[in-house]
Amino acid sequence: MLDLSKYQSIGATLKDALDHFAGELCLFEADREREKERLTYREFKERALPVAKALQDAGFSAGDRASIIMTNQSKWLISAYAIFFAGGVLVPLDYKLTPDEHWQLLKHSSATVLITEYPIWRQLSVSVRRSAANVQTVLVTEAPPNSGLSSAQRWEEFRGAGEPAFVARTRKDTACIVYSSGTGGRPKGCMMTHENYLEQCVALTSIYPFWPGVRYLSILPTNHAIDFMVGFFGPFTCGAAVVHLRTLRPEYVREAFPKYKITYVSLVPLVLKNLQKGLQARFDALPTGKRRIFNTLVAINKAVTKNHARLGISRVLLKQVHEAFGGELRTIIVGGAFTEPQTLQFFYDLGIPVANGYGLTEAGTAITVNDLKPFRADTVGKPLPGMEVRILNPDGDGIGEVAIRGKTVMAGYLNDPELTAETIVDGWLMTGDLGKFDGHGHLQLSGRKKNMIVTEEGKNIYPEDIESVFEGLPVKEFCIFAANYIWPKQTMTGEELVLVIHLETGQPLSDDLRREINTRNQRLLNYKRIHGIVLLEEDFPRTASLKIRRNVLAEQLGKLDRSSAVLPL
Amino acid sequence: MRTLEQTVQEVLDLAVKHFQLPPGSLAPEDDFFKKLGIDSLQTLEMLSRLENHFGIELPDYEVQGVSDFKTLAKRIQSRL
Repeated sequence: MLDLSKYQSIGATLKDALDHFAGELCLFEADREREKERLTYREFKERALPVAKALQDAGFSAGDRASIIMTNQSKWLISAYAIFFAGGVLVPLDYKLTPDEHWQLLKHSSATVLITEYPIWRQLSVSVRRSAANVQTVLVTEAPPNSGLSSAQRWEEFRGAGEPAFVARTRKDTACIVYSSGTGGRPKGCMMTHENYLEQCVALTSIYPFWPGVRYLSILPTNHAIDFMVGFFGPFTCGAAVVHLRTLRPEYVREAFPKYKITYVSLVPLVLKNLQKGLQARFDALPTGKRRIFNTLVAINKAVTKNHARLGISRVLLKQVHEAFGGELRTIIVGGAFTEPQTLQFFYDLGIPVANGYGLTEAGTAITVNDLKPFRADTVGKPLPGMEVRILNPDGDGIGEVAIRGKTVMAGYLNDPELTAETIVDGWLMTGDLGKFDGHGHLQLSGRKKNMIVTEEGKNIYPEDIESVFEGLPVKEFCIFAANYIWPKQTMTGEELVLVIHLETGQPLSDDLRREINTRNQRLLNYKRIHGIVLLEEDFPRTASLKIRRNVLAEQLGKLDRSSAVLPL
Repeated sequence: MRTLEQTVQEVLDLAVKHFQLPPGSLAPEDDFFKKLGIDSLQTLEMLSRLENHFGIELPDYEVQGVSDFKTLAKRIQSRL
């Protein structure tokens, strides 16, 4: 691994990495059974520098912002490097957002360059919100021949001749603007510095190292803080390789493990649980005799790995299971949301450690991680090196709000000093999550203080962001809440949103109204949808400027019995 | 060449078979996430089955944001 303490920026680090590991493989890209790319670090550099030169020729300079809206693929990373090389700030956006949401964030971030894929551009180019943003250069990958690109250019033809000039940045400069939420209301653009990434990379790789030969399967979207770190920057600083799949159907993901001899993969809890379900079904289908032998082998594995993981032994004992994962898998990294302990334990018992942890985009990816010494399914691990974690105002059980401080904490929210001041207080990042430390220094999470939910797919949903879909609903007033915010529960799973309605005097909750609510709800992506209705027969408390006082309203609603108050849709 | 109505019907028949439901229990406008209580991964599994049946490749981005059978059938129809 490169000595990251010597570097000032992501661009400078990657620049050296591409030369240092020139002959090593760095990228694979497969589309179903077809391998589309296999690049060495040298070839990666040869692809990226002409893009950097063309950006510079187009007037892109230090501090300018360029957005990437793409699925995981080689051109994502090549483009990102070109942006960093030219001294730019990367704005990675979730490709699953709607075109209107994309333009809203492009406008908010002041991005002047957009790099995207043809199917996404097809939708973006017809959005009415397009004119609001200040994007000057649009690069579109893989556009079919003769396709009308409007004012956009083909990424493949965007090549500058000659050497681009490397633009140096300092550790305190913004490297990326990462949106943790806010597509419907108040955009939360986390300004992440070069230092944030450099420090996080050192901390994470000290526990989960990469080296040449390691292959990381990149499934989580690369705009996500986890994949950006462990599916791009981390492996590249160590000469490891990243594998991209253009199709995330379970059968192709399964095939990728043995085909590419995957070493690490990051998953969200939903996918991990699905994997568990599939494996369990296969174990249950074993004939009685074989199942008995298998259960015995699992029991032996559990005994020998009690204190720490022993991959060599596990791979021999449970050979077939490990071979299905390619035989080289060392750890599954799980993140984005809370994972149930029994799922973690299931994999550990098979000799496949799952590195569960806890993190926030605002904190620069991970805050705590399980170091497997020993494995603990009931906690989210210990703070990473360099990370200070405090429990504020603990109650009698030691539970309080988790606050963190360290060099990986963001500089603040873009264009929102007020929200920044609420979130970072005296240098401490207020997470809004509740937890406590056990006697061994492991953090245990036990709920949320904030009005939001995190789905098993790792999506943060803030009620304010989806309220616009219900604007104009024929009721007196409405508001959306995380049910657990109204009725606090000591859990981080199974979180749901509810629509609170105050009907007009004498107005019934008619079938027509229910239909209207359902129709609007279906306009939301499935993970953003509300799951119930709560009726309130009094005016919502409001501020002088008529904003809903959500905390007061939540307190009022909290007096109702949850099971009878939440009506099905 | 199939008509859109035929494609819709074949999609519904296959979904019924895939999720082992009583015949005729799904309608074109049904939201499959809600009606079947499935997640995005299970949807991807269903898509693979549909691809095999229709002999097409349906890229993941084509089904991004699609949640009812009729729209799904339209996307399939455009690739037949």
